[in-house]
Amino acid sequence: MTNAKQPNRLAGGQIDTSRTVAFSFDGAGYFGHPGDTLASALLANNVRLMGRSFKYHRPRGVLSAGSEEPNALVELRSGARQEPNTRATTAELFDGLQAKSQNRFPSLKFDAMAINDRFSNFLTAGFYYKTFMWPAVFWEKIYEPIIRKAAGLGSLSLEDDPDEYDKGFLHCDLLIIGGGPAGLAAALRAGRAGAQVILADEDYVFGGRLNAENFAVGNQSGYDWTASTLAELDALPNVRCMIRTTVVGAFDHGIYSAVERVSDHLALPATGKPRQILWRIYSKRALLCAGAIERPIAFENNDRPGIMLAGAMRAYANRWAVTVAPRVAIFTNNDNGHLTAVDLMAKGVKVAAVIDIRADARRIADCELLAGAQVIDTSGRLGLKSIKVQLADGSERVIECGALGVSGGWNPNVHMTCHQRGRPVWNDTIAAFVPGPDGTPGLSVAGAANGDFATAAALRTGSEGAAAALLDLGIEAKVMDLPQAEDAPVNLKPFWHVKIGKGRAWLDQQNDVTVKDVKLAHQENFRSVEHLKRYTTLGMATDQGKTSNMGGLAIMAELAGKSIPEVGTTIFRPPYTPVPMATLGGRARGKNFHPVRETPSHKFSVENNATFVEVGNWLRAQWFTQPGETHWRESVDREVRAVRRSVGVCDVTTLGKIDVQGTDAAEFLNKVYANAFAKLAVGKTRYGLMLREDGIAMDDGTTARLAEDRFVMTTTTANAVNVYRHLEFVRQCLFPDMDVQLISTTEAWAQYAVAGPNSRKLLQKIVNSDVDLSNEGFEFMACREITVCGGLRARLFRISFSGELAYEIAVPTRYGDALIRKIMEAGREFDVVPYGTEALGVMRIEKGHAAGNELNGTTTALNLGMGRMVSKKKDSIGSILSEREGLNQPDALILIGLKPVNSAEKITAGGHLMAKGTPVDAQHDQGYVTSAAYSPILNSSIGLALLKDGSNRLGEILTLVTPLTGADVDVEVVAAHFVDPEGERLRA
Amino acid sequence: MHELKPLTPLGGETPKIDSFDGLRISECPEWALASVTARRGRAIDAAAAVEKLIGTALPDIAMSATAGPFTAFWSGPQQWMIEAPHDSHEDLAAQLKAAVGETASITEQTDGWCRFDLEGARCHDVLERLCNANTRAMERGHATRTRLEHLGCFLICRTKDIHFSVMGPRSSAGSIHHALTVAATSAI
Repeated sequence: MTNAKQPNRLAGGQIDTSRTVAFSFDGAGYFGHPGDTLASALLANNVRLMGRSFKYHRPRGVLSAGSEEPNALVELRSGARQEPNTRATTAELFDGLQAKSQNRFPSLKFDAMAINDRFSNFLTAGFYYKTFMWPAVFWEKIYEPIIRKAAGLGSLSLEDDPDEYDKGFLHCDLLIIGGGPAGLAAALRAGRAGAQVILADEDYVFGGRLNAENFAVGNQSGYDWTASTLAELDALPNVRCMIRTTVVGAFDHGIYSAVERVSDHLALPATGKPRQILWRIYSKRALLCAGAIERPIAFENNDRPGIMLAGAMRAYANRWAVTVAPRVAIFTNNDNGHLTAVDLMAKGVKVAAVIDIRADARRIADCELLAGAQVIDTSGRLGLKSIKVQLADGSERVIECGALGVSGGWNPNVHMTCHQRGRPVWNDTIAAFVPGPDGTPGLSVAGAANGDFATAAALRTGSEGAAAALLDLGIEAKVMDLPQAEDAPVNLKPFWHVKIGKGRAWLDQQNDVTVKDVKLAHQENFRSVEHLKRYTTLGMATDQGKTSNMGGLAIMAELAGKSIPEVGTTIFRPPYTPVPMATLGGRARGKNFHPVRETPSHKFSVENNATFVEVGNWLRAQWFTQPGETHWRESVDREVRAVRRSVGVCDVTTLGKIDVQGTDAAEFLNKVYANAFAKLAVGKTRYGLMLREDGIAMDDGTTARLAEDRFVMTTTTANAVNVYRHLEFVRQCLFPDMDVQLISTTEAWAQYAVAGPNSRKLLQKIVNSDVDLSNEGFEFMACREITVCGGLRARLFRISFSGELAYEIAVPTRYGDALIRKIMEAGREFDVVPYGTEALGVMRIEKGHAAGNELNGTTTALNLGMGRMVSKKKDSIGSILSEREGLNQPDALILIGLKPVNSAEKITAGGHLMAKGTPVDAQHDQGYVTSAAYSPILNSSIGLALLKDGSNRLGEILTLVTPLTGADVDVEVVAAHFVDPEGERLRA
Repeated sequence: MHELKPLTPLGGETPKIDSFDGLRISECPEWALASVTARRGRAIDAAAAVEKLIGTALPDIAMSATAGPFTAFWSGPQQWMIEAPHDSHEDLAAQLKAAVGETASITEQTDGWCRFDLEGARCHDVLERLCNANTRAMERGHATRTRLEHLGCFLICRTKDIHFSVMGPRSSAGSIHHALTVAATSAI
């Protein structure tokens, strides 16, 4: 029965013994076979000790053979790919796999922190709350750092995850969760009926318990039946079979999330391939065939490596051809536990005894049966050596064995039925909770997940469940013949923990919760299951109590004198098994965190050394660095001077453009803008201020009237989407009777501001000869559809943000790159420069134009110095509420300009204004600076500020303070128009 | 004839094509696009006028219709997008406006969008990594709005299973192309 290098390897199993796989655990080299898990391979190599427990650092081995594993958590891989808390029971073995134990120092066999175990009397449930209460000052400085250092199991690499993770979306008529006998039968029936089926299983092979048992299905082995069923399913184009795919959550409207581990079983993902995929599955119906999880029995020292669930022991033998030790024993309260003895003996393993709690237990395996007996203690520091059994007559006996299989019965896997607060109900026959009637809508349950443990029942209910679900959808699934299969009844005596012994009996091995801890919680009145969980940590962490919850509930029920259903359960929540953060993040990380928007001049800007700034998703050129410029201010100052001296060009495509059409378009704009628009002449543009319903300024921009029934509205870059959404709300909900049509055209047009005294001369070279750009032919605020560059359709607006003679010219976006190059070429004789958003900002501050800093969600038209723009002659959104008394106090904040008394000093945005000599506190606050810049025209720092009663304080000297930086600057209140206050330049 | 040279949404002088085993992703800048939105109370007149021009009735919700050079797809209540070859219909919006008169509002949308065509047997495998549209259930002519790479896009089934168009905001063409090609590399 032994293999030279794998002493515990048996014959048979579903592993490929023709090939050998090398791996390491804690630096020691071992061999296993394809098909092994890390746990099965370690067991084959006689490694029972795989981890240390969370709190007491007790030596622990595997408890299970699946995703419910609480103990055998390891760090897998190395470097940036190091992955903590990986269950050895689900990690597939691959050549070169590196695993390390965790939560131990210096080694797994000798762990210094095991000293905690000696102090277990102090470290009981609730010890945090009791111990670290005093002195209070110790908490932050001493207790918390120590606890944080001690907490946690695995460690993070603290490096970026080098792998890729996908997200995806699937649709189906029927999602089948679990590919054991019930799931396979369901998939077969639904697949044959032509329904769109997804069959998902967390394991890397289908078959579920058929892989772990020695059952025949029809005239085939369970393994062969699975293979032939899969062959048929694979041939059906309407069935998608997904292995390594864990359905982790049930959400609204039949939506499930699932994690597919695409490359976890490989040393490295293939280039460009994801490590995992997070699927969102839209199902019309779902069928839960998730099987059941065996539960242990608590007894003194039941946590030694080698003590595991009997079903797991059987799975290791049958599926992975491994025995945990050459000589084993079984402790059970039900018939199913005996099967382990039968199967192991068939493989030549010595079974010392079957200890059955039931006095009337019948002999099933051909070995010694100790009926009415119970295991009361064990020995073996790093691995089980013997068990002490109290026999039916009260005498005690020590039995030598290296492994003990324990079966306390099975719990249906009801999690998915509870994700929307469904409550499971108690079933006396199997002494377990089964899915209740108020489970997840659209989800039905079949097989062991529903408490039908026999294989025959699983096949039958799987088939029937699929048919019923499809019938709901109007799809008829013909009856199919089912193979004969194991049909043993459940024969069990509920038994949760051995009451003999004063030592610790472990319930939750991951969190080191003992029977005594539950008793303590009860004694201290933490009796609700939710309180029990929080007080003891029962059922927390990576396994979420899959093997421990029931034991805790049963003991609490005993203590409270209630039945288990009266005690109830905690709520199961997604995810069913841990999901890496990287999987949730998918590809949205780093520079792909969100999409970017590029302007039509992006390529040109890159070529011209632009530094970009993110504005929403847009990448806008902030300034263009010229050779010799070493500081951004040099670039910006040069750009501002060049525009004011001659001409510059700036990409303003990012401003939102909304096409407003319809016979009521003008009246519609009259409603959404505070100022009048109805009488705007065709061919003219007007500045508009838009208010929110509450009277606060929402957005501003210019709107051009291209025809009687057609306008193009411009919004700020940041508010383009919000304004469009607002307009749609107004159109659809407030004024549904208006004939108005809206559509965004932001991206459709490449639009450039051409600004500066020579802008007209420059543009004259661009526009077609029939376009008269003279002041008379195309006056300030004119707009027109024209042609440029020999005939391309374009739009021209004479509007100015810089305060200079300026235009905005727009062409279809595909020609935007060519147009800016054409403008640069045509403007060479005028020393034209491209300028970025920073120069744009400096010039608008010099002109006192409000922008995002001023339209900050708290300001009204009055605050912005535009109170008179709110027309009283018409009704518009926000106009009434803008008249509220509180918004119209005599000392209301008003937008003014600031310049430092000493021009060498700096005005800082965000600084607050204080009257000279008053205390610097909120009570004496006079206002704050919204925008500030260095004006290369004025050779001084300047700013815009909101100042109480600002318009009546021109000339006053205030103190500008910034308590955070300690700045304290004398500033003079001036008009917000620093450059060309009369606006002569823009009308030139 | 004007003298400005166009760039494709991806910034190239020629459309970008990426080939995978069983899938070709093509940048398709050669299409003109205009929106038609019926004026209030003029839906029937507008539909008739558009049909006269494009040769097919305006399609129903989540559908498209093709006749000759024109394809129309539904994009909202009483709103459609009309598509036609750019070379021959660069003035598509003007043509439509002339056809519908006062019955509908027309807006040029040609360069508001970028179009990528996915052709080949692996369309579904890639699209399922990108958007929640049930592409396997889409028949020829089906059209839907879906979110792809965080962006609102139109998805049109040109030929069942093997030919889809993704139309997204032009300024994000680079991000959409990145998403499509990364998904194709991942899935194929």
